[in-house]
This record gives sequence, structure tokens and C-alpha cells, in this order.
Amino acid sequence: MHVSTDVLNGTAKATRRRHPAAAWLAENGALVALVVLVVGLSLLSGDFLTVTNLLNVGVQAAVTAILAFGVTFVIITGGIDLSVGSVAALSAIVLAWLATDSGLPWPLAVLVALAVGLVCGLANAALIAYGKLPPFIATLAMLGIARGLALVISQGSPIALPDAVTHLGDTIGDYLPIPVLVMIAMGLITALVLSRTYSGRAIYAIGGNEEAARLSGIKVDRQKLITYGLSGLFAAIAGIVLASRLASAQPQAASGYELDAIAAVVIGGASLSGGKGRAFGTFVGALILAVLRNGLNLLSVSAFWQQVVIGVVIALAVLSDTLRRKATT
Amino acid sequence: MTNDDSPRGGAAGGEILRVEGLRKEFPGVVALDGVDFDLRAGEVHVLLGENGAGKSTLIKMLSGAYRPDAGRIVVDGEPVEIRGAGDAQRLGIATIYQEFNLVPELSVGENLALGRPPRRFGLVDTKKMHERARELLARVGVDVDPRTPVGRLGIARMQMVEIAKALALNARVLIMDEPTAVLTTSEVERLFAIVRQLRDQGVAIVFITHHLEEIPQVGDRVTVLRDGRSVTQVPASTPENELVRLMVGRPIDQQYPREPAAPGEPLLRVRGLGRRGAFEDVSFEVRAGEVVGLAGLVGAGRTEVARAVFGADSYDTGEVLVNGRPLPRGDVHAAMEAGLGLVPEDRKGQGLVLGADIAENLGLVTLRRASRGGFVDRAGQRRAAADVAGRLGVRMSGLGQEVRTLSGGNQQKIVIGKWLLADASVLILDEPTRGIDVGAKVEIYQLINSLTASGHAVLMISSDLPEILGMSDRVLVMARGRLAGELAAREATQDSVMALAVSEVEDARVH
Ligand SMILES: Nc1ncnc2c1ncn2[C@@H]1O[C@H](COP(=O)(O)OP(=O)(O)OP(=O)(O)O)[C@@H](O)[C@H]1O
Ligand SMILES: [Mg+2]
Repeated sequence: MHVSTDVLNGTAKATRRRHPAAAWLAENGALVALVVLVVGLSLLSGDFLTVTNLLNVGVQAAVTAILAFGVTFVIITGGIDLSVGSVAALSAIVLAWLATDSGLPWPLAVLVALAVGLVCGLANAALIAYGKLPPFIATLAMLGIARGLALVISQGSPIALPDAVTHLGDTIGDYLPIPVLVMIAMGLITALVLSRTYSGRAIYAIGGNEEAARLSGIKVDRQKLITYGLSGLFAAIAGIVLASRLASAQPQAASGYELDAIAAVVIGGASLSGGKGRAFGTFVGALILAVLRNGLNLLSVSAFWQQVVIGVVIALAVLSDTLRRKATT
Repeated sequence: MTNDDSPRGGAAGGEILRVEGLRKEFPGVVALDGVDFDLRAGEVHVLLGENGAGKSTLIKMLSGAYRPDAGRIVVDGEPVEIRGAGDAQRLGIATIYQEFNLVPELSVGENLALGRPPRRFGLVDTKKMHERARELLARVGVDVDPRTPVGRLGIARMQMVEIAKALALNARVLIMDEPTAVLTTSEVERLFAIVRQLRDQGVAIVFITHHLEEIPQVGDRVTVLRDGRSVTQVPASTPENELVRLMVGRPIDQQYPREPAAPGEPLLRVRGLGRRGAFEDVSFEVRAGEVVGLAGLVGAGRTEVARAVFGADSYDTGEVLVNGRPLPRGDVHAAMEAGLGLVPEDRKGQGLVLGADIAENLGLVTLRRASRGGFVDRAGQRRAAADVAGRLGVRMSGLGQEVRTLSGGNQQKIVIGKWLLADASVLILDEPTRGIDVGAKVEIYQLINSLTASGHAVLMISSDLPEILGMSDRVLVMARGRLAGELAAREATQDSVMALAVSEVEDARVH
């Protein structure tokens, strides 16, 4: 036990002079990792670098990426959203149930499904901002509630989707899968909101120093409503995309996806302590996960080992996050 | 104070530490560019220099926080490498940093024992820990319960806890980076008594301050840094204006250039404000064109009142009116809309987003105003930021520099700058010039003048009494959570203010 740590906590650690290229690499480590992964897999498997496979990877990445874009907002504020997988499933179930069982016109059903996602997000925010629950607990509760409601409404079995909605899973022409287009659109929206809008800038400030943000006149509670609301809305969109690919809404769909989403955000360079994160980073993070899963499949690595590998990758990403923070604080 | 005037050469012993040609570069800035400095046992060696001159960077190399790019550090005649805080400690070097390193959630006792709490059967011995903490706190004369979370102390008390923490190390080299920046006269006296006592025991002390009047009181020698270079070394008895010239490169003819404006309508009215356990029955007004000083001892409740007025905290009784309209309680946003602004005392905890860049921080208060239809005019924000950074003379590598890496004084300028941009009609300044060098202070006073000249008003809290006396048109004095009195500029003197500041304290004890 050295006294040292207490004296040094929070001040600059010994810093080495860094080359600009090294600095760029540290900032864009995820992108470099993705490129290495793609090159490596192309060499290892002849099937990897084919159009069909790459489109497949894109479609695989889409749901995780859309969820992760929503979670990016939350993580930048220094919060966490564990409920997105369940909310995605609930929204899809509501959509299918309204359109099929209740005979609501499908565009209306889609709107209601989106509203369900939004409301779940707002409920999270209310618990966090006004109920002062830690985000982990509030969204863990929502994880259970939304999943449970999905099971209740569907009575535990899949519900078929109206045809119009299943077309969302189609591919336009030969090369434009709609899920990929939706992912790109959501990514651009995320980037725009984060970098250009009042709320975007405000949530970086909240994540960086909530008290300083509040004393600068930012209505922190309202921004949290927006943040978690967006996360819920994005989850609903992801749920619809996922259901359209499967042609039915399943109450157990997307379980565990929240962890992939969080992993994608963190791999993409966001900091779980808030204030840092980018849409592009999250996009790359989601691609890394999808490429990794796809590659391991192509290399016939067993599903059991795949879990191990993915776990290790997540650990490495978070480790590099903490190391990076150590180096800059 | 008596032994203060006798020459101290007797106590000063041999050289303990020396640095030669020290150099340190950060991306975009050369922070140190050839610094020579030496330290003897039993002396207080003052480091003097403008904001960003490199004082903190120098001492961080002695404490192992940074490694020099060139040059060497010699301790006891041997060149050494100080690779981390562990090395520094083995060499007997303890440091009080300019920015606090306390854990706000932990208690004072835990902070004081951090890293090596006393143990019994492998468990932390809380009783012993608090006992030790009480001793340390008594030594620096701070009256707080060791069980209080540090986050609840004001910054002056936090500073005293930092000092106590460093004293506990019993080092032979003690480095103090602006320990007096937030202390009032009585704590400064106390600190100086401790410093003199340590010096007489042969401890070598490096002391950084922007309060030049303190230099002859505790210092022996002064090394002046300018733009990362050690330019000269002079005795601490050097006249103040000479020190200023050495440090800034030009003389300053008027430290407090207050130009009183004719007071207009009352802009801010506070009536019977009270919160249990903090302050009671506080009533005052601030008129257009006025600078009203708010003086008092640490713990008198000045910051609490300021925060309540601004809506940062709530209150139990009374009301706050801006331009005749009452403000809702505890609503910062409403207070801002009504035209209030607050530069908080704790820049790290409440003023800045340390991980964000300068432009981002300067634009935070005006973010809403710079938005149209939800979209921020970032180019406009940047222009405004560049303008105010220029006016305040912020020393930076660019607007994209992370605020965390600015020097302390320059960070403070950012907190002030973001509120200057807000154009608040009543600006509350809580220790506005904390850590700001003498030259830049004058710039800030001039900005205050131009605010009041254009019909705005300023309420200024400061522990720096000369600043209160030099810049206020009226001085309010608080003691024990109450307004003890009000003095017009011409009747306010060091003695009259202090008399009020301690008066109520004794009254309160009688009851
Ligand atoms: N980690 C860092 N990264 C980049 N620049 C830095 C870093 N630390 C310090 N600097 C720069 O080095 C210069 C010297 O800073 P330093 O903190 O030593 O100044 P100072 O003399 O202590 O000033 P002050 O009186 O304001 O405390 C400043 O321009 C500062 O911006
Ligand atoms: Mg400094």
C-alpha cells in the first residue's frame, strides 16, 4: 500500500510524448481493429469477402447497430439502458398483435409500436430523473417489465406480421437490404443529433459534468427524458426491423441484445463514465461484433467458443477504454 | 508573526533539490523550456509566474506526475528519476496540488487516510482513523467532523483538508501549489504559522501563490518563471511592483481600476432569505451599475446564499426578485431566463466540463440562445468563444484544447468567460479571481467595469479582502449565516469588515 495513489488520483499520470499518428490510432482503435479483422478473415476464409456474405453481415449488424445508436445517447450522459432488447421485442409484438389480431391498418400499428418504445424510454427516464433510481436499476426493471408484457400480449407464441411490414426485411435490387438502409439512416440521424443539435451538445455536457451542466442552465431532467426516449424509440425501430426479417414477431426475440448494443457502443470508443461517444464509433463497434460472429461461423468455430471469443473482445474493448482514460486524466 | 521579521538565513541549510534545464512539451505547447531552480532545507521558495507560465508543470515533475523531456533533477547531489508518486514519496517529497484530489463521496477521515487506513484484524479501524483525522484537522485548525463527506465542504475547507493530508506524510520537501487561493485571512494566517514552523524544523517548502503580499510574509527566495523559462531569482523582500514587473514584463499601475457608475434601479432584490442550518433572514439589493461585495469568513454562508439566489439550491423562507419579478425556488433555468448568472467557486466540480474542449465549455451557457429549431449554430459559438478567450487572454494551444489540460488560472478564465458571453444582467461571482495572476486580474476587473458601465450589476463574493475593498461600491458582510452589516465603499476598511465578520459570531455564542 503506497500513499502515492491518493496524492496522484485525478492528476496527470506520467505521459509519454505521442506522435500524431499514435494519437489517431488511439482515437480510432476500433476502426483499425475492424480493418484487421476483415483482412484476416478474407485470408482465412474464401467465403468471407463475397457480396452475399458481406450483405449478410450488414443485415446481421443492422439490428444491433440500431439498438446501439439509441444506447449511445444514454451512455454519453453517463447512464446505461439495459431494457432495449426487451423493448424491441415488446414493440414488435404490439405491432403484430394490433395489425393481425385487432385488424388495425398496418401504418397505424407501426406508429403505435414506435410510441410503445418511446413510452418505455420515457418511463425509464422518469424513474431515473424524478425517482432518482440509478439507471442500471431503472432499466433492469424495464427489461423485465417489457419482456413480460411481450409474453403476456403474445401469450408466449410468435405472431405473424402483416405482409406490408415483412417487406421491410427485403433487399431492393440485389444489393440494398432495407435493414442496412435503415441502419445507415439511423446512424446519420444519431450523428446529426449528437453533433448539431442542442440536445446532443447538452447530453455531452451532462455526461461530462452533470452539476456544471445544470448550473449552466441546462434542464438536465428534460434532456434525460429526451435521451432515454430516443433510446426507446430506436429500440422499437430495431424490433420492427428484426421482426420483418423473421416475418413474425416473437416474444423472446432480441433477448440479450442489450448487451451487444452496449458492447458495440463501448467498443466504438464511448466511455461508460459519460461525456464521450460517437455515432460512427458505435457503427464500427456493431460491425466488429457482426463480422466476428460471421467469421467465426465461416471458420466453423462452435457456438460455445464464439461466446468466449466475443466475451474476450468486449473485455479488451473496455480495458482499452479504461487504459485510455488513465492515460488522459 | 514576531520571528517573521528576523532574517531566516540561520534556519536555511544545505541544498536538498535542484533542477537544471528542465523541459516539457505537450501537444501544441512547450510548457517548460529550460527551467533552473534549487531548494534548500529550511527555506520557503516561492514560484512566481503568470497563468500558464509553467509553475504547476514544474512541480508535477518533482512529484512524479510528469516526466521531463529534457534536463535533470538532482536530489541530495544525486541525479534522480522520479517515475511516479511512489518515487517522490521515497525521496520525501509531498505535494498539495492546485486542483483538489479528494474523493467527494468519502468522508473527511477516509480521505485523510486514503491508501493506508489504520487496520485491525485486517479490517479498517474506523475509530483510529477518525482519531488521526481529528488530530490532523486540529493541526490545521479546521473544525469539521471527520465523518462529513468531503463533497459537502466548501472549497476553502477542502483546501485545508488537502493541506492536512500532505502534512500527514511528514515529508522533507513540501510543495504547495496555490494553497491560499481560496482561503480567507484567518486561515492564511494559520497556514503561514504552520509553514514557518515546518521551515524552522528544516523542511524545504515550495510555495506558489498569485497573492504577492504573501511573499514577504512567508517567503525566503523567489524564482520567477516566464513562458516556461526561469528568468530570475530574487529575495522575497523584493518590492511588490518589482515582482510584478519581473513576472508580467510591465508594471501595473492600478491593481483595482474600479470606476463607479451611478447606481440605477434595483435589479436584484433578496428578501428574508433563509434555509435551516445554513443562513437566515438575508435581505439586500443590488442596483444596476453596482458592484456589491459580499465578505465574510469561510463558513459564513456566502456561497450558500449565492447558490440559493441563483436557484442552484432551494431555500425555506423569503423571496428573490429580479427586475421586480419573483423567481421560483431552486430553478436555475428560470433564474437564467430572468437575467441572473453565477460563476461558481468550485471550477472543477461545478464550473467546467473538464473532458470537453475550450469552445464547448465557453459555449455552454449560451447553447440555448445559439440554437434555432433545435440546431446549434456551432460556427457562431466558436466565433464568440474565440472572442472572449482573446479578451481574457486565455493561454491555450487552440479552442480545441481539452480544458483539463489548461493551467489552473486559465481554467478559471474559462468559467468567467462562459458567463461573460451570457450577458446576464446580474452576475454573481463567487471567488472569481481564484488562481488568476495579477495582470489578468486587472483585465477581469476592467471587464467588470464595462459590465456595470452598461447597466449590468455584479455581486462579488471573495475571500481576498483587498479585492473586495478595491472593487466594491458597497460591501455586505456575513457572519454565521446572517448579514452582519453593510458598508459603503468609503467606510469599508480591512478592520471595519473584519470587525463585522467576527462580531455576530460572538453574539451567536452568547445565546
Ligand atoms: N496535460 C497537458 N496537456 C497539454 N498542455 C498542458 C498540459 N498541462 C499543462 N499544459 C500547458 O502547459 C502550460 C503551463 O501550464 P501550468 O499548469 O504549468 O501553468 P501554471 O504556471 O501553473 O499556471 P496557473 O498560474 O494558471 O496555475 C499551459 O499553457 C498549459 O495549457
Ligand atoms: Mg498552476
